[in-house]
Amino acid sequence: MFDKTLAELAGGLAAGDFSSLELTESCLNRIKTQDAAYNSFITVTEELALNQARAADSLRASGKAGIFTGLPMAHKDIFCTQGVRTSCASRMLDNFIAPYDATLIRKFNEAGAVTLGKTNMDEFAMGSSNESSFYGPARNPWDTERVPGGSSGGSAAAIAARLVPAATGTDTGGSIRQPAALCGITGLKPTYGRVSRYGMIAFASSLDQAGPMARTAEDAALMLNVMAGFDPLDSTCVEREVPDYSASLNDSLEGLRIGLPKEYFADNLNPAIAEQVQNAIREFEKLGATVKEISLPNTALAVPAYYIIAPAEASTNLSRFDGVRYGYRCDNPVDLEDLYKRTRGEGFGDEVKRRIMVGTYALSAGYYDAYYRKAQQARRLIQQDFVKALAEVDVIMGPTTPQPAFRIGEKSSDPVQMYMEDIYTLALNLAGLPGMSVPCGQAQGLPVGLQIIGNYFAEAKLLNVAHRFQQATDWHTQAPASIKG
Amino acid sequence: MALERSDVEKIAHLARLQLREDEVEGYTQTLSDILALVDQLQAADTADVEPMAHPLDAVQRLRADVVSEDNQRELLQSVAPAVENGLFLVPKVIE
Repeated sequence: MFDKTLAELAGGLAAGDFSSLELTESCLNRIKTQDAAYNSFITVTEELALNQARAADSLRASGKAGIFTGLPMAHKDIFCTQGVRTSCASRMLDNFIAPYDATLIRKFNEAGAVTLGKTNMDEFAMGSSNESSFYGPARNPWDTERVPGGSSGGSAAAIAARLVPAATGTDTGGSIRQPAALCGITGLKPTYGRVSRYGMIAFASSLDQAGPMARTAEDAALMLNVMAGFDPLDSTCVEREVPDYSASLNDSLEGLRIGLPKEYFADNLNPAIAEQVQNAIREFEKLGATVKEISLPNTALAVPAYYIIAPAEASTNLSRFDGVRYGYRCDNPVDLEDLYKRTRGEGFGDEVKRRIMVGTYALSAGYYDAYYRKAQQARRLIQQDFVKALAEVDVIMGPTTPQPAFRIGEKSSDPVQMYMEDIYTLALNLAGLPGMSVPCGQAQGLPVGLQIIGNYFAEAKLLNVAHRFQQATDWHTQAPASIKG
Repeated sequence: MALERSDVEKIAHLARLQLREDEVEGYTQTLSDILALVDQLQAADTADVEPMAHPLDAVQRLRADVVSEDNQRELLQSVAPAVENGLFLVPKVIE
């Protein structure tokens, strides 16, 4: 049962092969007995899960079940979940029991999904390795001495370890796609504004977007059908019709125009990754696609622009953590300034403090034009590169990451080296475009991710392209050797 | 650009972050490294480029000015560190 996809489990539930309660108990048991090796969960919501599973089974008995009714999943611990600790992997929110549900949580609840728990992540989603979590690093099931990527590292590790069939993630600069690549699973970052951010603890509001993480594109489509759509509670959520993402999965790729940005295959790319990506491209040619080299000339601006815009927005967003209304509060503050300073100094971890300070500096008097305004100008140049390229091709493909999963501790003392981990993923968030990562091979026995980038609101096209690839290949079915039945 | 120790102390104050004495040097180094990275942007030619604040260049959506929220004070204050009579408690501000 643990090796089945959401689509297969939905079939099994509908056919009566097993109940949601049996399925949920089996998942909870796997998490209990095996997650010590991966640390992929911060909180397991056993009681909630069992209640939801029983309710799902009753609903099915009364003939009212939908496709998602009774399907188990996990949520990144960044989504407020009513009555459940929602920590954002920070000491600051270690004691925070969310008083309301994020819109995304509400939608999955209404669809009948079962919440198994809340997954580990980098603190406040700031990181590419899951090492900045207050609860310790999550580990990559392919090699537990290596990182699962981040920030949605717990979600990716739990799926790769077959503890859960699917989980939610968020992606501000690659936080769905990079861990998906490093753990050999499928992840999708939708167009900015496609999925509501209400109740999703904010990191950088003009970049943050929630998305599905699963083993197959077919499952990601099922999840996006639940997640996507307008929400009046998020002022940046787009009012636009949501297609049925499952309907076009099998469309032919005959004549699909693929662009390969030459900048994404330059010096810093591991040759083994380049080779696997090239193999994947040849697979698409067999499926009828045509391939051409393109250029995204402002690619080199993405990392510096991102590391101004994201910290600037983070420093503003995280000013709400003041020790007054919720979360951590320091002991015995002598005055208000002491309350703020010690609460924040003790409540935030290193990387979060670093980014708050970078953002504070970039926004401080006299520096705004040189940093924030300049970065926003670079952001438009980056976006225009994509707009031009996507007028000539249907999708852009390349590696998701420059290297396979690295060792825990290898980059944690050098933030700049860690930031370079996201060189292929950041630009999409700056442009607001959707992108996926799908498993496309292995390098040194570790998974390699193929990144597929599409035009605004082209999620259905991305899922179609990924699904056809997964029909023709079996990289997405490969499991780490350590996985136990 | 390279920051001095005093710069980091000033930034930390502006951000209301208490740093331990032994942390300041490490932050001075890593923040300087990060600023050196982002300073690569200064070489980009951005003359006449309109800054981009939102990926879809959307404008703020407005709604009718009517009451749409219930008062949930007790629920929302249930997670506060210190509350009394429906008020958040903070150290004395005015002597």
